[in-house]
Amino acid sequence: MRKMKLATYSAIDLLQKKKRLCRELRSGAGLRPIRVAVLGGTTTSELVDLLELVLLARGFDPAFYQSEYNRFFEDAVLEPDKLQAFQPDLVYVHTHYKNIRHFPKISDGESAFQASLEAELDRFGAVWSCLHNVVGSQVIQNNFEHPPALLGNHDAVLSVGPVRFVNELNLEFSKRAANDSRLLIQDLNSVAARIGLDHWFDWNRWYSYKILTTPEASLAIARSLAAIISALRGASKKCLVLDLDNTLWGGVIGDDGVEKIQIGKETALAEAYTAFQEYCLSLRNRGVLLAVCSKNNEDIAKSGFAHPCSILKLEHFSAFRANWDPKHDNLRSIALELNLGLDSFVFVDDNPAERAIVAAQLPEVEVPNVGDEIALYPSIIQAGRYFEALSLSPEDLSRAELYEKNALRSASQSKFADYGEYLDSLEMAAEIEPFKPVYYDRITQLINKTNQYNLTTRRYTLAEVEMIARDPDYVAISGKLIDTFGDNGLISAIIGRRIGRELHVDLWIMSCRVLKREIEFAMLDALVQSCRDKGISQIIGHYIASPKNGIVADHYQTLGFYPGAQEEQGCSTWLMSLEDYVPKTRHIRICQPVSLG
Amino acid sequence: MSNRDEIITELEPIFRDVLDQPNLKLTPESNASNVEDWDSLAHVTLVGAVERRFKLRFTLAELQSLKNIGDMASLIQRKLAK
Repeated sequence: MRKMKLATYSAIDLLQKKKRLCRELRSGAGLRPIRVAVLGGTTTSELVDLLELVLLARGFDPAFYQSEYNRFFEDAVLEPDKLQAFQPDLVYVHTHYKNIRHFPKISDGESAFQASLEAELDRFGAVWSCLHNVVGSQVIQNNFEHPPALLGNHDAVLSVGPVRFVNELNLEFSKRAANDSRLLIQDLNSVAARIGLDHWFDWNRWYSYKILTTPEASLAIARSLAAIISALRGASKKCLVLDLDNTLWGGVIGDDGVEKIQIGKETALAEAYTAFQEYCLSLRNRGVLLAVCSKNNEDIAKSGFAHPCSILKLEHFSAFRANWDPKHDNLRSIALELNLGLDSFVFVDDNPAERAIVAAQLPEVEVPNVGDEIALYPSIIQAGRYFEALSLSPEDLSRAELYEKNALRSASQSKFADYGEYLDSLEMAAEIEPFKPVYYDRITQLINKTNQYNLTTRRYTLAEVEMIARDPDYVAISGKLIDTFGDNGLISAIIGRRIGRELHVDLWIMSCRVLKREIEFAMLDALVQSCRDKGISQIIGHYIASPKNGIVADHYQTLGFYPGAQEEQGCSTWLMSLEDYVPKTRHIRICQPVSLG
Repeated sequence: MSNRDEIITELEPIFRDVLDQPNLKLTPESNASNVEDWDSLAHVTLVGAVERRFKLRFTLAELQSLKNIGDMASLIQRKLAK
């Protein structure tokens, strides 16, 4: 039931059947709890109803707090007690242009305009800093839709124009968010533009209930917000799997041959396929992996990318399956090859039969109904909001290359007599140190998207990571790895909480790109060192089984921990005394003396 | 469809969905105070769903004058006849 598709329901359908749909969605297993506070400048109950549904459909089990109508400022700044007591994971400040207090007056000049802008920024700035300081959670603030115009076109120009005011205010919001990663902006202005303001505002409902938008608009807001929340929790998709014939080019390569397929600028159809290839390449360049899954002879399939006009080249694909096996089997094997879960895949195929069988066999995979009009493929994939990104790290920009180098590493592995010799040949060097501000973003990203090499699957927001890094009662270390093929970046992190002379390891994660490289030994050595510096004599590890972290079930045993009390089913506790601990790192050089403290 | 009772029959499944009461019966006298869970939040959804079902929009003045299901059905009847 969890995989129930809400995409085909209209906003009114969803609202009308909400109670039944919620019941059915909540009956699914494995929902991830999340506590969302919505501070509204309008009545938010309908939006929250829709948000509940779309979050449930994305696999979350949401709990909500809502401010009273138009009490967002008071709840954040003046009386945050109730909000604090709710302990939100994130706070969504949902305001519309109606909540702007300082619109310029018709008699105002340029200087009054600037003063109004600053007054408004101060007001919202106070809300955000109170939420950060008092509630300590991630804040999502939407920017503003364009208000009804006063002067017509000139509204966007004059200092008294509400449209110009909103444009500049939105720009200032963006600048604030660019400098404060605990503040995320929901681009409500674009959500409204997509729908159109005539279908956005609902004046009848504004006067009746103080709801400013149509149900359709409320649903669009909920979907956009759910994409941000998924991204915060590391549930954005990671890999786009593509069919070839009539998906990446027009025609059938096996029948038509490389010279006859439609790609390039010669015809309208060829141009549209070229544009889709360009879209796929732009996704790859921002960190989404590409893979091919096609029913074809492999050599013939690959010849398509030798077409002089092909934008995509073979090296852009992190996995390539062209054979006659069922596509769901190929998708499974791609998932294994890339060390990714099937739930991080989006599958695009022009053939509705292939889409149907993949959707039925692999319910975890997103299979958008792309139809058969290639011109629409990019906008259909965009509308699904699968690859929502909250930041763009150097990691994202070079991710696809990292996977390429991994392929080289596996290729060279076969040349060695034993595995240790292979590890030595990689000339690995690790830098392990306490959480540093420059890595807070990357650490948070890794915490929220790592599912397999993750002992407890606990998630932390950026604000929490910052807090932990500064708290002397925590030991928090992260590790980077460089090898002969290149820099793997920051790939592992541990968070331990001190209780007396014990350290409880709340979090231990590692990127699956560097599995079986013995990084965990180097991390443990560093952890032990920093525990000794703090006079801690015992480390207590916890393992909490999830559907995805089976590969670390033996983690603590392998590291030499002793089994402690067996807790509930699937959970275990492990003990390590530090008195006679001997460092375990064998194949990794630790560069930079680690000064932990 | 011009008969008021027929319109009430058409309203019933919408109210059953929104209020999550599969056996709910509506009468001309049904209103927010004698139908369980018909609160202001449910009212927003009920009005939206009824408007969509009959492809019409209630004006602010009309919404203000509605006292019970009988009123709503008569109003729909009048608006459809126009």
